[in-house]
Amino acid sequence: MTWRPRLAEGTAPALVFLLLLLIGLAIVGPAYSEPAGYLALLKRAAPLMILAIGQYFVIVSGGFDLSVGALVTAGVVIAARLIGGNESATAWVILLVLGFGLLVGLINGLVTTKLLVPSFIVTLGMLLVLDGATFLWTGGAPRGALSDGFRMFGRGNADVPVLGEVPWSVLILLSILVAAVLFMRGGTGRALVAVGDNEATVRMSGGQVDRLRLLAFTLSGLLAAVAAILLGGFAGVSAQVGNGLEFRAITAVVLGGVLLGGGRGSVVAAAAGALSLEALFTLLNLLGVSGALKSAVQGVIIIVAVAYASLGGGVRQRLRLWPKPRDSVQTAQPASS
Amino acid sequence: MSTLQENTLPAKQKATRATVHRRLHPTVIVYLALVALLVVGSVLVGLRGEVLLDQNGILNILTRATALGLVAIGQTMVILTGSLDLSVAYLVGLTSLIAAETMAGQDSMVLPGVLLALAVAAGVGLVNGLIITVLKAHAFIATLGVALILRGYLENNYTGPAGDVPRGFQHLGYDRIGPVPIAALLMLAVAALCWWYLTRTRPGYHMYAVGGDIEVARLSGVRTRRTIITAHVLCSVAAGFAGIYLASRLGSGAPYVGTDAGYDLESIAAVVLGGTLLAGGRGGIAGTIGGVLILATLDTTFDALEVDPFFKDVVRGVVLVTAVALYARRMVANRAHGRLS
Repeated sequence: MTWRPRLAEGTAPALVFLLLLLIGLAIVGPAYSEPAGYLALLKRAAPLMILAIGQYFVIVSGGFDLSVGALVTAGVVIAARLIGGNESATAWVILLVLGFGLLVGLINGLVTTKLLVPSFIVTLGMLLVLDGATFLWTGGAPRGALSDGFRMFGRGNADVPVLGEVPWSVLILLSILVAAVLFMRGGTGRALVAVGDNEATVRMSGGQVDRLRLLAFTLSGLLAAVAAILLGGFAGVSAQVGNGLEFRAITAVVLGGVLLGGGRGSVVAAAAGALSLEALFTLLNLLGVSGALKSAVQGVIIIVAVAYASLGGGVRQRLRLWPKPRDSVQTAQPASS
Repeated sequence: MSTLQENTLPAKQKATRATVHRRLHPTVIVYLALVALLVVGSVLVGLRGEVLLDQNGILNILTRATALGLVAIGQTMVILTGSLDLSVAYLVGLTSLIAAETMAGQDSMVLPGVLLALAVAAGVGLVNGLIITVLKAHAFIATLGVALILRGYLENNYTGPAGDVPRGFQHLGYDRIGPVPIAALLMLAVAALCWWYLTRTRPGYHMYAVGGDIEVARLSGVRTRRTIITAHVLCSVAAGFAGIYLASRLGSGAPYVGTDAGYDLESIAAVVLGGTLLAGGRGGIAGTIGGVLILATLDTTFDALEVDPFFKDVVRGVVLVTAVALYARRMVANRAHGRLS
């Protein structure tokens, strides 16, 4: 098995799945025979990919973040109300939205680590609070408008010397992805995965479990705020902009082969999972699958993907593609919930 | 324990503290909180010159609690087993449609409608359970996937309410004895049945065992797969009851009646609020009913106070997290005293 590239467990199938979808797109859609089509896909997928990267940090360290969807809505609605079409307010509002995301993530992390509430409950509570508070503040419906400067990041293009016109969102996505990969390769990133794998071991070896968890939630909040800025630009102001995004981000992360409960999977695969999800939607659109059935297809695919990831070792051994010693297969299986 | 003995507290005081900790079962705390909430709510509403717990108020609280209560009873069993069900909200909508469309306004079709809805619900629960146990998918993803499939089916086939419930069947939703709706009594009967099942029967004990530690349960000879599947089937059937009840109240089936009310996350919130551990193995039906009543009372009180509906969500979120934080503190404190809570 020395010939295999050094990828984290579950990453290779995720990348293969993505590749298949992209090839499928090229066959079905004429727009996807040239780079521009893929660039547009990447631009559309950027907010979800960024959310998935944030969610990855939390999931790989053994938690859930259900508050990101509400945080995206809150970010967009707050920005619209504060900017109110006033161009000069753009800069400080962007900083404020980012700070808000950071703060929400920090609170999620603090309540999880200090008050020992399961992250599922903390972020569910945060979801309720954010949804309620945002609309309490704006009186039930989003008010105000975003400035063009704010929307530039979500829908505008930047002039890059060699490549020509590249959407801002793609540039932001790529820089976040690179930063995330570097972070996960460093000591802190590895410790984060270790927390998800075996918290007690990390604690006994002197790792700062609480601080690592806190960091994961804070990063998730911050990245959700970035996604809010991109989505606000891309899709405009609406009260539904973040609806269901938390489940979609978790789906994306899981589709990337990251294990719920933590300890396994790579951040690239999580981002690939998000791109796969968006490519899947595009493909279903091109194939003329009605919008209503899309969620059903999505449901089937995530179940199959997770089942494959859980049973993968066993299936592979039965097919004798990559024979593995029996004991390593057993240890590779996640503890069923 | 040596630190304990060095403690400056007099021995007697320590002892009473310990007994208080032991006596206050989480369920008791839930009901104390409910009583406190009712008192505070009554006072606040009373300051406006109205009465919270008049005939209408009680009716309101119990009506709100019925559908959520049914879903939460099922959710309790799943969570106790260490699993989770996110598909209940769409299932409630689906079963309401199946019941109403089968009945199609005819009294003779009431029983077939109810049975068919429950059978479909049981089938969905079976699928959930099989995906989790046989395909070994995490319950979160398995039931989320099933929820998406149900949603696809609903969105593809329905645009709005469909079916027609005969007048006779609507009595289930509206008849009451004094201020107490019949349906609420039926919900409490279901709760009692499930309480008996969980605490007095072997398969019920197995659910606690599997939720506590699935490996230990397996090694002790519990059929863990069967237990998890049973929990999911029962949970879905309970959601089916909720769907049937809502169909009888609305007079027809509504595809999004479950999701609009957010029964998936709301039921989990009610269960956890009732003192059941999200990780499973500890808690029970009685606490869940308390949790449901707390949520219903909060809603009714805020309505009486004419508070902004969005404020309700904020309070709900805060209450949920605070309650679970308190339970967590108690567990830590109990462990420090060398006791299982």
